[in-house]
Formats: sequence, C-alpha cells, structure tokens
Amino acid sequence: MGISRRNFLKGSALTAGTVALTGKAAKASVDSPELRIKGLQTSTTVCPYCAVGCGMIVHTKNGKIVNIEGDTEHPINRGSLCSKGSALFQVANNERRLTHVQYRAPGSKRWEKKSWEWAMQRMAQLMKETRDRNFVKQEEIDGKTYTVNRNDGMAMIGAAALDNEECYLLGKFGRAMGVGYIEHQARI
Amino acid sequence: MTNHWNDIQHSDVIVSIGSNPAENHPISFKYVEMAMDKGAKLVSIDPRYTRTSSKADLYAQLRPGTDIAFMGGLINYLLKNDLIQREYVVNYTNAAFLVNEDFDFNDGIFSGYDAESFRYDKESWAYQVDENGMPKRDDSLEHPQSVYQLMKKHYARYTPEKVCEITGTEIQSYMEVARAFASTHKANKVATIMYAMGTTQHTHGTQNVRSYAMLQLLLGNIGMAGGGINALRGESNVQGSTDYAVLYHILPGYLKVPTYDNVDLATYFDKWTPKTNDSQSANWWSNTPKYMTSLLKAYWGDAATEENDFCFDYLPKRSGNYSYIRLMERLQHGGFEGMIFMGTNPIVGGPDVNAIASGMDNLKWLVAVDLWETESSVFWKRPGVDPKDIDTEVFLLPAASSVEKEGSISNSGRWAQWRYKAVNPPGHAESDAYIVDQWIKRLKELYSKDGVFPEPIVDLAWNYGDGHEPDIDLVARECNGRFTRDVVVKGKAFKKGQQVPSFAYLQADGSTSSGNWLYCNSYTEEGNKMQRRGLEDPTGMGFYHDWAWCWPVNRRVLYNRASVDVNGRPWNPEKPVISWNKLTRKWEGDVPDGGWVPMSEDGTKSPFIMIAEGYGRLFAAGLADGPLPEHYEPMESPVANFMTGQQCNPAVSVPGKIDNSGKYPYVGTTYRVSEHWQAGAMTRNLPWLVELVPDMFVEISEQLAEWKGLKNGDMVTVSSERGQIEARALVTERIKPFRVQGKLVEQVGMPWHFGFNGMATGGTANTLTAAVGCANTTIPEYKAFLCNIEKGGIKS
Ligand code: SF4
Repeated sequence: MGISRRNFLKGSALTAGTVALTGKAAKASVDSPELRIKGLQTSTTVCPYCAVGCGMIVHTKNGKIVNIEGDTEHPINRGSLCSKGSALFQVANNERRLTHVQYRAPGSKRWEKKSWEWAMQRMAQLMKETRDRNFVKQEEIDGKTYTVNRNDGMAMIGAAALDNEECYLLGKFGRAMGVGYIEHQARI
Repeated sequence: MTNHWNDIQHSDVIVSIGSNPAENHPISFKYVEMAMDKGAKLVSIDPRYTRTSSKADLYAQLRPGTDIAFMGGLINYLLKNDLIQREYVVNYTNAAFLVNEDFDFNDGIFSGYDAESFRYDKESWAYQVDENGMPKRDDSLEHPQSVYQLMKKHYARYTPEKVCEITGTEIQSYMEVARAFASTHKANKVATIMYAMGTTQHTHGTQNVRSYAMLQLLLGNIGMAGGGINALRGESNVQGSTDYAVLYHILPGYLKVPTYDNVDLATYFDKWTPKTNDSQSANWWSNTPKYMTSLLKAYWGDAATEENDFCFDYLPKRSGNYSYIRLMERLQHGGFEGMIFMGTNPIVGGPDVNAIASGMDNLKWLVAVDLWETESSVFWKRPGVDPKDIDTEVFLLPAASSVEKEGSISNSGRWAQWRYKAVNPPGHAESDAYIVDQWIKRLKELYSKDGVFPEPIVDLAWNYGDGHEPDIDLVARECNGRFTRDVVVKGKAFKKGQQVPSFAYLQADGSTSSGNWLYCNSYTEEGNKMQRRGLEDPTGMGFYHDWAWCWPVNRRVLYNRASVDVNGRPWNPEKPVISWNKLTRKWEGDVPDGGWVPMSEDGTKSPFIMIAEGYGRLFAAGLADGPLPEHYEPMESPVANFMTGQQCNPAVSVPGKIDNSGKYPYVGTTYRVSEHWQAGAMTRNLPWLVELVPDMFVEISEQLAEWKGLKNGDMVTVSSERGQIEARALVTERIKPFRVQGKLVEQVGMPWHFGFNGMATGGTANTLTAAVGCANTTIPEYKAFLCNIEKGGIKS
C-alpha cells in the first residue's frame, strides 16, 4: 500500500475543488459557496461529540473561527452534521468558556484568578506531598511481602475528551506518579 | 466495533438493541438507511419507542435489563430449528469443543460457586483436553458435553412464551424478530448488531454483549461485511482513550496492569501471556512480551535496560479492583487527598451522585481541567452545602477545545483521524497536553532534589521538543514506536531512530520502543497515516484504506478471515471483505486478519487470532459470572426472576442503598437526546442547543399520567433509594407499561445530561441511579433501577 501525495494531508487547506492536500492553512475556494468563505483560512477537524467521527471544515479569519460546517469529502458524513456537530461553532465562540486559571482556597466562597505559574507550582507541590505521604512501597498480602510502588493518595479521572496523544501523555504521567486509581468515562 | 460505520450499508438485517442511533449517532443512520434502501430490515429492540423505532420495520419492546432473556430465546429458536450456519459454526467457533464433565448448571448457578465471596471457581468450565493438551472435539456436534449440546440444553428453557413473560415483549413481534434475525443464517445473508450503553450498563452487561456475539457467531455473521458486533461509542475519543488505557486495569494496547504478585517482568509475562498447544492458533497475545517491553522502553527510554528488567519496578502494581465505583467508595471513606478531573464531570455522570459529591468534601485538593465551569468543579458550592465547611483547595484550569490544538482521535470504527489547530485557545486556556507537560516537568525538578522513590519520575523519558507545549507530532511518533538501535528484524535492516513499520516488528529485547503497540503502523517512515485523506475505494466496499488509519494495521473489518470458507472463498461473493487469489496466492480486499493461507491448506491459522484457542467462543470460561449468559433480574426489579430462583447476578455482591420493598414501584431508565451530550457541559452551555432542549424532563406513559393525575409539563418529583430530583413530566405514548408475569409494570425514562450549573440547568438523573456494577467490568447499572414519581416539586 503506497501513499501517494494525494492521499497525504500534511496540513489542512482547500485547493480548487477538493479539500486540502498540502500545506498548512491556505485560501479557501470552491468547496463552500464562494462568497461566504472568500478570503478565509481553512482547516479540517473531526467532531468532538459522538464517536461517528464526522469530518468538518473550519473557516477562520484573523485568528477567529467564523464558520464550521460538514466536510463534504469526508467518507463517513459527506458533509452532513447532526444538531451537536452543527453547534461546534458555539464551543469555539462562547462567552462561557474558561479563560483564566481559577483557584478556590479552602473554605472560600469564590474563585480567584491566578497565573499559570503560581498554580503549576502549587499543584506540583501538592501532588508531591500527597505522593510522598501516601506512597505504598510494599504491601503484606496473605502473609507475604510484595513490592507494589503505588501512590494511593490520589486518583485521576477522565480522558475521553482528550486526543490520543494526550491520553498517552496522561497515562504515562499517572503511571510514573505511581497512581493506581486511573479511570475514565469508558467505565461508566 | 468489529466493523465500521460505512460497512453498515452492507447489512441485510440491522438489529439496534441497547442503542438509538437515529437519536444518538445520527449520521451513522445514513448507513442504516442506505442498507434499507437496498432492502435491508431494521429491527429496533428498546424499552421505549425511540426515533430509531420510528424508522424500523420491526419494533419489539423490551423491559430494561432483560436482554439475555430476549437473546437466549433467539438462541433457542436458532438451535431448535437448526437455523445456524453450520459450516462456520463447526470450523470457526468452539461449538464442537468438549467441556469438562463436572460442568453443571443448577437453578441459576453454574458449578464452582462460592456464595460467600460471590465468586466462581472456573475449573469445571474448562475444555476437556487430550494427551497433547489439545481441546477434545466432536465435529458432529452430538456429544452431550460439546459446547453445542450444552448450549442447546441451557437455552431450551428460553421458550418464546417464557421469554415474553420476562421481557414484556408482545409474542407476535418477538417471533417476527426471531424470523428476521434467523434469516441471516444463510451463508450469503448477514445481520449486524448496533449496541450501546443500553446494553452495557447492567449488572450483567458483559453477558448481554456476549449473548449478542453468540447469536452472530451461530449465524456466521462475524467477520462479514455488514455484520459483526458493533458498539456505538458515545464520546468522540472514548475508543482511543480506552486503547490508550486511561483505566486502572490496562496499559496502552490492552496490556494488563501488573498485579502485586507479578514480582518481576518474567513473572508478569508468565501470568499474562496466554498459551496454547494448538500450532494452528495464532494466539496473538503470545506477543505480550514484545509489546510490554516496547512500552517500558517508550516510558523510561535509555534508563530501561535488560539488566534492570526494563524498569518494570517503576510501574505501580495493583492489589485490587480500582474501578470507578470502587474508587468513588474509597473517596467517600476519605481515601484520597487529591483528585484530577480531565474533562469529566462525575457529580452528573457517575452513579449515585449525591454520594460522590459528599465524598469530594473529603479532598485536600482537586484539579479540574475543562472548557467550562462544571458541576464537579464547583461541588463546594452545590445546593445544600456551605462552602465554609469544605476545606478543599480547588484548581480549575481552562482547557483548549478540539479546534484549538492538534492530535488524533479514534472513532467507533477504530479510525484514528487527525485534527488540526485552527485558532489559539481563548484567553489563557491551554491544551491538556500543555498541562500534563507542565506537571511532569515541575515534578521532575522537585523529585530530582528529594522525595519518595523518585526514579520513575526522574527517569521518565519526556522528550517532546522545547516548545511552549509538547510537540504532538513527536508524541504520535513515540506512540507508534521506533528502533532504539541498529537491528535486523525479519531479514530487514533498520537504523536506530527509524519508525517501526508495524507491530510485527516489535521486539522483547529492548531494540524497539512503542507507546501503544496497537497503533504501531499509524506513523511510519512514510509519514503520519492518521492524516491521510485518500478517497479511493477500489473494491467498492467502502473500506477507504487511504482515509486516515485504523487499528490494527489499517484492517477495516476485524476477524475478516471468518468471512471466507476454508478455501478462502467469500461466504458472500457479492460483498467480499477478503478473498484468496489462487493464482497470486495472496489475499485481496481488506487487510487480512493475519496473512496466512486459507484454512484448508498447511501452515494456516484459525481466524479468531486474539483468542488463545483460535475459535470464536460460544462458551467462554474466562468470565466472572458464567460461561453462558443467563437471565437475572437487575439489582432493583419489580418482579421475581421467572427463570430460576436466583434473583440477581450471583457474581455481584448486593450493595447498600438498594430497595426492592415496593416503595419504589416503577422501572427507571436513563438515556441521551440528540441535542445534548453526556454530563452536559459541552451542550448545556451552547445557546443553540439549550434553545432546542432547555429543561430536564421525565417520560411517562399515558396510563401512569392518568393514575398520578399528571398533565404534560407538570412538575414532578422522581425519587429512589439514593435521592430525589425534580423534572417536567412528558406524557407520551412512546412509553408503554410492560405486561410481565400477569402484572403491568410502568417505566419512567429520563435523560441524564442535566445538573445544577451552566446555562441550562435541571435535575441530575444520576441522583437516582445505584452504585452497583457489572460482574465483569463494574460499569454501573444505570439502565434499570426502581423509582417513584409524585406530582409537584420536591417537598422539603
Ligand atoms: S456530527 Fe453528530 S453524528 Fe457526527 S460525530 Fe458529531 S455528534 Fe456524532
């Protein structure tokens, strides 16, 4: 099975009549009604809702998403999207999105805005303290001693919304931290 | 899915059970309709008359939690009337295998049961073996200890009349379903099963799936185009997150998490590498040592050497079940100091959410990474609590959405597709990859100074460039795997640093690394195949081999060597998945499930390559709750088990907070709607979707409404032993009571998307559900519980 140039999308861009064969974002053309997308940058994505995996085209202008629609070339959805997929535009453009690191101190009634630097330092410190305090080096089971090297002080939940590569990094991080309690939506 | 979305168009009979694709996987329905246009029949089996039912040729109503009774009756129908694909069954399944003479089944209990521990000793379920250690068999299928005869005897009890008394199905519709399904026993006819969480969310969820798979094996429908057993995954990457093993019991690629008694790598290999004496079995998992060693090399790089057991000691060893429900129990007992939530909302999505929420009050710290403020991230100000009393330090980190970062996700059909970054995340939001990267970098620094057992962190190979966030391209390459030194494998020379072409080249000596063997072949020296957009379809079967990439090794239909007869000829020549070209002596079509010659020739392998014995398992001795699916009532049920004296799954211990006293008379069940998604944060914050479905509701029958004096839109309180919620009554003829053992049983259905926070708020259905799970997977029994419903809001 050879991979021809045509079959390889290195970035995401529309060229005349077909979605996107090479390069990063480029000028849009005929895939959508000309006027609506004239002068826009385009790229492809896959719906973040259900696991049908419908393809979408994202149109951007000056670093803002101005339109998202079904990818007519995508072999599964051929341009169609359901109610959720069609609403993805409002995930990207939504006042309710979180834009700052928020912190809630013990006993407090409210969030405070914090910098990443501060929060990262604090989280790393807390994770280390928890791991060091709760690290189970060995365990006695049925009268025998076993090395288990487990951090029983913390749990990690969630990942179905993450990309594969992020899931990989998250798992690698969790296991290096010795966490046994790693679970996510697949279990529920 | 054994198959994939486009493939559904090839079906002759489409059975949707425990799923509602028209509502919840809307675009998949394109392929259901394509098949129907070509004459296929759609069968919808569901407690409610759903959007899928409205399009179906046949609808059969099924009481929640009675799938095994329904399917057991169909198995009986096939065996009694000899409507199986015999050649397939004899050659490709374990129907002919003989089972231990001690195997027994008595009033709902299989042999080997210990009531105190809720466990089975499975020795009596094993195959009889000959002097060479090969399973004994009887190809005539007549031996009384053959799987076929044991199955026949077991399911003879499932007569249509008895089944319908249990399931509440009208017998006429039941028989129509039986006939439609059975029509695909012909070699060139095929049925597919589309199932989802309506199947799995039961105390016997795994056995529900097994019962479907058994039917498909008996009908010769596994491996075929338009066939298979197809789980419709509900989240865009829940397939991938499972493949990548963000779970307590597996490592990437479904390798087992080591247990405490795996004292070194050799012991681990010995325990987890399945063995067979049958040289005709590929026994794919015999490659476990290669995949595990390659994973350890990906994790700990140069630090992982043969001398130090490739850092096997660095992996935490488990000594129990740490699954979601158990984890939440431990939380409630104050077992955790801290928790990390990555895009998840347990106090809407978990079972018995009030218990989870109060468990969270015990945390010292919580980190929630999300696009939105979720119910779980503000648990400290949930209704009914005073934040002053909660001492948890909470971090809510703003995450990038799918169009604000790049990477791959894997759909239900196992296609890993690449997504590109279109714009920067808003404000200070960052990708999940950035967040994990920052944590580990900082922890590496801290642990390089001091700390308990710092090695796994300090030595962790973490080389993803010097950018602001990890270079995802480098991560994807690592997941595929590379050669760690110059080496010759299978007569081919590879250079250090080169990408491994496929998992067939992975090694157990440390010369290869691979973050996930299952994805080895996704990113080779040819490039990142997950980015491909080729639309060629030379066979016309819709495999689209050049579109993205799918695991394993771009094979679009799993077990496809069962789609041909022993000579390699497709059972259905009009819709071949693969076929053997006698002239070139090569397979044509899809990527074959192992390239071995057809079954009639020397040097072949049996088609079920992931199973140690190589045959599809009609009888499965590895399960916690029996080798054959048996009907039990859900943990909460309004009726007694009509089949045996064993009320519930004997391999599940009865939890607290279960009430079968009659105080809660109605069967409750949960589901999703098209306009919302999961725990709701991704839809209840979007004005368009909120406008479409703004409120929490419960669906009830017209009869129940009349009995309770309810009109459409009235506020009601729904309660269970776990708690109570308010919702609007939706009175509909889509919901009908069941006639079960001479009694009318009402059901109450509700979506589970709502919570107290966000743009659209509403009662959380999982306030009502019980924290009790499947004997094998511990997936909670969300789909069948008992509740009551009363007019008016909550009276406090
Ligand atoms: S558009 Fe709809 S059907 Fe397609 S992936 Fe998204 S949620 Fe699923």
